[in-house]
Amino acid sequence: MAYILLIISAVFVNNIVLSQFLGICPFLGVSNKVKTALGMSAAVLFVMVLSTMVTYILYFYVLQPLNLQFLNTITFIVIIASLVQMVEIIIKKVSYSLYEALGVFLPLITTNCAVLGVAMLALDLPVKYSFIHHNSLLFAVVFAIANSLAFGLALVLFAGIREQLQLVKVPQKLQGVPITLLTAGLLALAFMGFAGLV
Amino acid sequence: MGSFSNITKGIIKENPVFVLLLGMCPTLAVTSSGINGFAMGAATMFVLVLSNTVISVIKQVIPSKVRIPAYIVVIATFVTIVQLVMEAYTPSIHKQLGLFIPLIVVNCLILGRAEAFASKNNVFNSFLDGIGMGLGFTVALTLLGVVRELLGAGTLFGFNITGIEHPKMMLVFVLPPGAFIVLAYLVAINRMVQKNK
Amino acid sequence: MAKQASSSLKNMILSLLVITTISGASLSYVHKITAKGIEQSRQKKKIEAITAVLPQFSNNPLKEMYKIALFENDSLEVYPARRNDSLIGLAIASKTNSGFSGEIKIMVGFLPNGIVYKTKVIEHHETPGLGDKMEQPEFYSQFEQFNFHEKINSVTKNGGDIDAITAATISSRAYCNAVQNAYSVFQKINQQWSSDSQSGATK
Repeated sequence: MAYILLIISAVFVNNIVLSQFLGICPFLGVSNKVKTALGMSAAVLFVMVLSTMVTYILYFYVLQPLNLQFLNTITFIVIIASLVQMVEIIIKKVSYSLYEALGVFLPLITTNCAVLGVAMLALDLPVKYSFIHHNSLLFAVVFAIANSLAFGLALVLFAGIREQLQLVKVPQKLQGVPITLLTAGLLALAFMGFAGLV
Repeated sequence: MGSFSNITKGIIKENPVFVLLLGMCPTLAVTSSGINGFAMGAATMFVLVLSNTVISVIKQVIPSKVRIPAYIVVIATFVTIVQLVMEAYTPSIHKQLGLFIPLIVVNCLILGRAEAFASKNNVFNSFLDGIGMGLGFTVALTLLGVVRELLGAGTLFGFNITGIEHPKMMLVFVLPPGAFIVLAYLVAINRMVQKNK
Repeated sequence: MAKQASSSLKNMILSLLVITTISGASLSYVHKITAKGIEQSRQKKKIEAITAVLPQFSNNPLKEMYKIALFENDSLEVYPARRNDSLIGLAIASKTNSGFSGEIKIMVGFLPNGIVYKTKVIEHHETPGLGDKMEQPEFYSQFEQFNFHEKINSVTKNGGDIDAITAATISSRAYCNAVQNAYSVFQKINQQWSSDSQSGATK
């Protein structure tokens, strides 16, 4: 069914990080350890799904009827910022160690282009996916869940590779950021193999 | 500290893309050609300069606890203005840059400069800082775009310079992996250039 | 250095309210003055596409636009072009969802006898270097003067007369699909003309 195709497409074919270039900053910064990567992905999942739901409803039931679509950027980002504040407070109470591990990256979820990007992409899915013929809140939510899984997958894969990289000799000029970017490039190349799957 | 170093530092020493590694998403996504890279850089610079200036002007009136939401609203306002103006007067570039125009609002460069510089310095210096960082960003994106376009399509800003009709170039460079790879080498080169200074 | 405003509840709410009000007001203003420009560039794009796919016309097709249903809940926009009051062609803004990377929009120009005069891609997201070759004359000229009674509108792999773009069969098929959709709409209009002429109505 369309929902399964949507999930496969978002996770593998059009992976939000490796093929759509959203969510790069946390991708390059956080993914040093698999454990932190998992924690970050969980936080992103929560924020992404909630914000997509709220922004979708806001867009189609408030902004569009009032012809105020141009306010989408500003209203969406305010919603996301508020949700991130909420998540921060919750994580602090539930698991202080995770809160410490994520550090400054938690409030930075606000500037994670993946969250705002997915919220905006979810508004018009039929344009990109031929098997979807009309907009619906359910599609938007499934899309958000799939994309946060995609983000998590990319992050965890990358963290695993980077853990291995630390044991290997890297040419001096390429140490640090360059080799990280090259690795990401190779991972992106690998994911291109999924093209045409859906 | 001379005020004009605020401009020059943004171009090489503290280049937002190659050194500070801010604003990665648009850097990788819209640099498949020189023009796109340049347009994105220009649009971002516009927002950066204006938001830096305005935030520096109102920095004292905003209570510290709500400064981040306040900055976000200011930045989002300028981003929306850029969106609307581009849609009206440069529609083809607006279509090319697509989703990434509204995404300027989450460009960590802009919020980062607002928090790190504009909220702590006077208006004139914040304005210059915006210009410097904006120029550095534009230079970086244009450079990345030009390299990818040359290697991947054989054209320079849309002009065919190879003399062959439809040259068979290395397509991967205008696709996602190419973006990561070219940026990796540009960062390494920038580092080498700085070490030798 | 002057004192920073305190983070009292009143100050926080007040400052946020003022900022959002100013922001909202300036955005509404900018929206108003750019609305005209946005509408103009949208129309300009459409007119350019229509001009590119039909012989010379003297009316404003945008003013005579009407919609015809395609399937289920979708319809295509039809733009009649006239010269000196007689119909010289129909431009149909067609689309297809079966592109490699999503929707492709193509303007298809029909002569009144059902032959495709020319086609022009309005919008696509296909892969650069592969699917985007559909914008090259080597590919799209195959649809010029295309007669549905003499040729088959599908790629050679599917038994048709269109040479697909190398390594971009999906994009090529999608192009054929969009042209076919336009033709379905044209046929509906043609049927309407036949029944109109039988009842004596004019085009």
